[in-house]
Amino acid sequence: MDYGISLYLTGPEIFLSVIGLIITLIAAWGGDKSARLCTILAVSALVGASAMTVNFLVNPAFELGGDAFGGLYRMDAFGSVSKLLIYLAAIGCLIVTPRFFDQGKEYKPEYPLLIVFSAVGMGLMVSATDLMTLYIGLELSSLSSYVLASFIRSDDRSAEAGLKYFVLGALASGILLYGMSLVYGFSGSTSYLAIRPAFEGALGTGALFGVIFVLAGLAFKIAAVPFHMWTPDVYEGAPTPVTTFFATAPKVAAIAMTARITLDAFGNQADAWRQIIIFAALASIVVGALGAIGQTNIKRLLAYSSINNVGFILIGLAAGTVAGASAMLVYLAIYVAMSIGSFVAVLMMRDKDGNQVETMADIAGLSRAKPMLALCLAAMMLSLAGIPPLFGFWGKFVVFQAAVEADMVVLAAIGIAASVIGAFYYLKIVKIMYFDEPADVVTGENDTSHWAVLAVTAIIVSPLGYLLTIPLGALADRAAEALFFAV
Amino acid sequence: MGGFPILSVMLLVPLVAAIACLFAEAKGARIIALGATLINLALGILLWAQYDIGGAQWQFIERAALFAGFNYALGIDGIALLLIVLSVFLMPICILASWESITKRVGEYMAAFLIMELLMIGVFTAQDIYLFYIFFEAGLIPMYLIIGIWGGTNRIYASYKFFLYTLLGSVLMLIAMMWMVNQAGTTDIPTLMNYDFAPEAQTWLWLAFFASFAVKMPMWPVHTWLPDAHVQAPTAGSVILAGVLLKMGGYGFIRFSLPMFPEASAQFAWLVYILSMAAVVITSLIALVQNDMKKLIAYSSVAHMAIVTVGLFSFNVQGLEGSMIVMLSHGLVSAALFLCVGVIYDRLHTREIDRYGGLSINMPKYAVLFLLFTMASIGLPGTSGFVGELLSLIGIYEVSSLVAFVCTIGIILGAGYMLYLYRRVAFGVQKNADAAAMKDINLREWLMLGPIAAAVLWMGVYPESFLAPMRGDISALDARLARATPEGDAKLVVGTPRTQAANEMPHVGGTHKEEAAGGAH
Repeated sequence: MDYGISLYLTGPEIFLSVIGLIITLIAAWGGDKSARLCTILAVSALVGASAMTVNFLVNPAFELGGDAFGGLYRMDAFGSVSKLLIYLAAIGCLIVTPRFFDQGKEYKPEYPLLIVFSAVGMGLMVSATDLMTLYIGLELSSLSSYVLASFIRSDDRSAEAGLKYFVLGALASGILLYGMSLVYGFSGSTSYLAIRPAFEGALGTGALFGVIFVLAGLAFKIAAVPFHMWTPDVYEGAPTPVTTFFATAPKVAAIAMTARITLDAFGNQADAWRQIIIFAALASIVVGALGAIGQTNIKRLLAYSSINNVGFILIGLAAGTVAGASAMLVYLAIYVAMSIGSFVAVLMMRDKDGNQVETMADIAGLSRAKPMLALCLAAMMLSLAGIPPLFGFWGKFVVFQAAVEADMVVLAAIGIAASVIGAFYYLKIVKIMYFDEPADVVTGENDTSHWAVLAVTAIIVSPLGYLLTIPLGALADRAAEALFFAV
Repeated sequence: MGGFPILSVMLLVPLVAAIACLFAEAKGARIIALGATLINLALGILLWAQYDIGGAQWQFIERAALFAGFNYALGIDGIALLLIVLSVFLMPICILASWESITKRVGEYMAAFLIMELLMIGVFTAQDIYLFYIFFEAGLIPMYLIIGIWGGTNRIYASYKFFLYTLLGSVLMLIAMMWMVNQAGTTDIPTLMNYDFAPEAQTWLWLAFFASFAVKMPMWPVHTWLPDAHVQAPTAGSVILAGVLLKMGGYGFIRFSLPMFPEASAQFAWLVYILSMAAVVITSLIALVQNDMKKLIAYSSVAHMAIVTVGLFSFNVQGLEGSMIVMLSHGLVSAALFLCVGVIYDRLHTREIDRYGGLSINMPKYAVLFLLFTMASIGLPGTSGFVGELLSLIGIYEVSSLVAFVCTIGIILGAGYMLYLYRRVAFGVQKNADAAAMKDINLREWLMLGPIAAAVLWMGVYPESFLAPMRGDISALDARLARATPEGDAKLVVGTPRTQAANEMPHVGGTHKEEAAGGAH
């Protein structure tokens, strides 16, 4: 294949990498004072990369996508839609970050830099059609994440979060690599296109182990039960804007990557991986819901909530159909909006000195001190619980509809019944904010950038979001078809 | 009908008013809410006047493909019409009931009520199964807030119980809906009502819908959220809960369970009978020993709703019409009873029955109205309760004498607990000085209770006004159910008319038999 075309198809990643290198230089010479400039540059780079991705989506010349670098990388609608979500989530996180660090003056130009490189890695992950590309993308994004988790150097919790994330992440990478080596050994190739025919018919024990180890490694990255242990600690310890980032962009990337590898590379062995995914899905829903009940820290609670949501997303994957993959993407998109919204709302809770407030007791009676903030957060919570008419319901709806259409009625019934457990703790937050007597802790002022991000996500989550169902559904359908087209 | 989208306007008015209320001061919010609900009442009356009795089954149809996977489709039949009229009739009364008793966060309170109105009308008008579900479920949020923020002391527990109970029931229904849509290939409710699902599938679908509607209804033994929610909700909250929200369960049975799964309905009729019989007797006995007025009325609601379910599952016209009338009547009467409790609660701030006594001496006007609603609740002829209960019981008698017998016992018990309540509150000596000093009802309270009293009497004396709009829909439903109707044990047959007068004396010896036969005038 022509080298130029390959470079063109990987345009968003290359563009981001170049800008990333420029930011590195600016950061090296400009020092901490250049932090603001670097943030603006990073946001514009992400906007530019989004524009390129949109071009791939709307330009009829790229309707069928294309392979780059001899099948190592594939540009198609699925990758583009996922990347768009990743970039938008990253932009949202960058916008709300600087204000958070104002207090301790710890904001550094390395922060936007790491986000940009993480975005490059995630772009590679979702477009990878070869185990090697996948691994490189994964590590690039993970290594950036480890540093981001421990970004506040003066805070023990942040350092602990980074270290935990690193040790457990390295272990997961090891498991993944081991699985990949088994898959390579039994199929003779690292390319998805070659693995798929090789894994036809009865699967040998070794190859099955390969599949299981690969999925275990990926389950760690998406924080699905039983590989979820790191999530609450890391989410609690990491600076809140970083937690926002972790809960959104890497999750999209990891889930999209999992979808591609299961549906493409292991597409002929659906029965083998489906049981794993179903178990992970149901276990995530239940453990995520039960784990959240006793939490007193909001960030920890949202960590369990993200585990819970991953369970629902995996139900779409378990369906293994075009509708299922499309539902998964719709859910992911809504989930990103809800997560950014909830974390931004948490970011906006400050006491009168401007310090962050994170415990549940402190937000008691928030609806009287900050009615709009409380209303937005309540909408996010009820939306996460999947109560109509909020938009979160639509995500659950399409996922379960896909499961029912794929004749997995029992899975759908169990999953949705378990979602009621989750509703309990979301209600608890609403209860604390609306029913309890005011604690009058959250009194600090907020700037417009937070309000802007919160307003955008709140409008998406509100019933007005339903007007998005048609374009969102069409986009997700196209992406899902692209995923199956590649086969 | 023209091009005027009256149903959409009825949804839009409360929505706009709700948003306005959020930003208004307490006084302004009250006036906005009252204005909006009165506009909707006017629209509801217009709807009733314009409704073409005997015309098309579905009228005022609106349709727009706004969303992926489902449509914005509205339309009503006679059954929905009456329930909508009931909702819009009760709403201004609810606003009046909270005029003085709600003092904190008035704007949000009024907004929650207006959103409730929007959702209730939405439930009754939705012609798309998913749109129905969205309206049906969304009602949880405002009701949760109403109970939780403005409720009594134990409000948090009650609000959780209400929310989680009803949510668990509903989500299973959602899965069933998805399966049905997948099978039938349409989300249109009128089409689905005439779609024949395989009988084996019906069993599961029926159970999933039952899980939702039984909780909403509420049927024994999943009724326990209701007394808690009622006791803790503010007066207007109780009125809406008893008046309209409970009707959603009955509406669900009549709109979904019966026409969509006739075979399964017949198959599970025994389950409904057993639960209803248990409900009628057990909850009536529980009501007898209550010390809390609201709790007593809440339990009586469960008993009345059980009459509705037996009527619905009697598979004949009398039973179906009877249950509809019981629903409407209960909507008015229990609403009025909760308002009556609210009237004295506002004065003394207790719901304990023993704290009152002899109110007919110092509050004679109140005592008269309270008596009227007590009698209507018992089912005295001339009130709406009588018409509904009689029809329902006739309906079920055709199917099962035993069920009819047990349910009638419940009505006797109902007379027991209601009269006992009335005696303790209104009659006897004025044993509490503070209760004896209470003032009689004022103009605002007249405006709340008077219209309901008129409606109760109207429905009791001339029920035809209410039966006529739904007659066609009930007979269509009856025809749909005909193939699954269980064989009754009454086996009613038209006898041959006897030939002699009933008071004819038999003659000794019997020689005049032929002569006597010919002599019957």
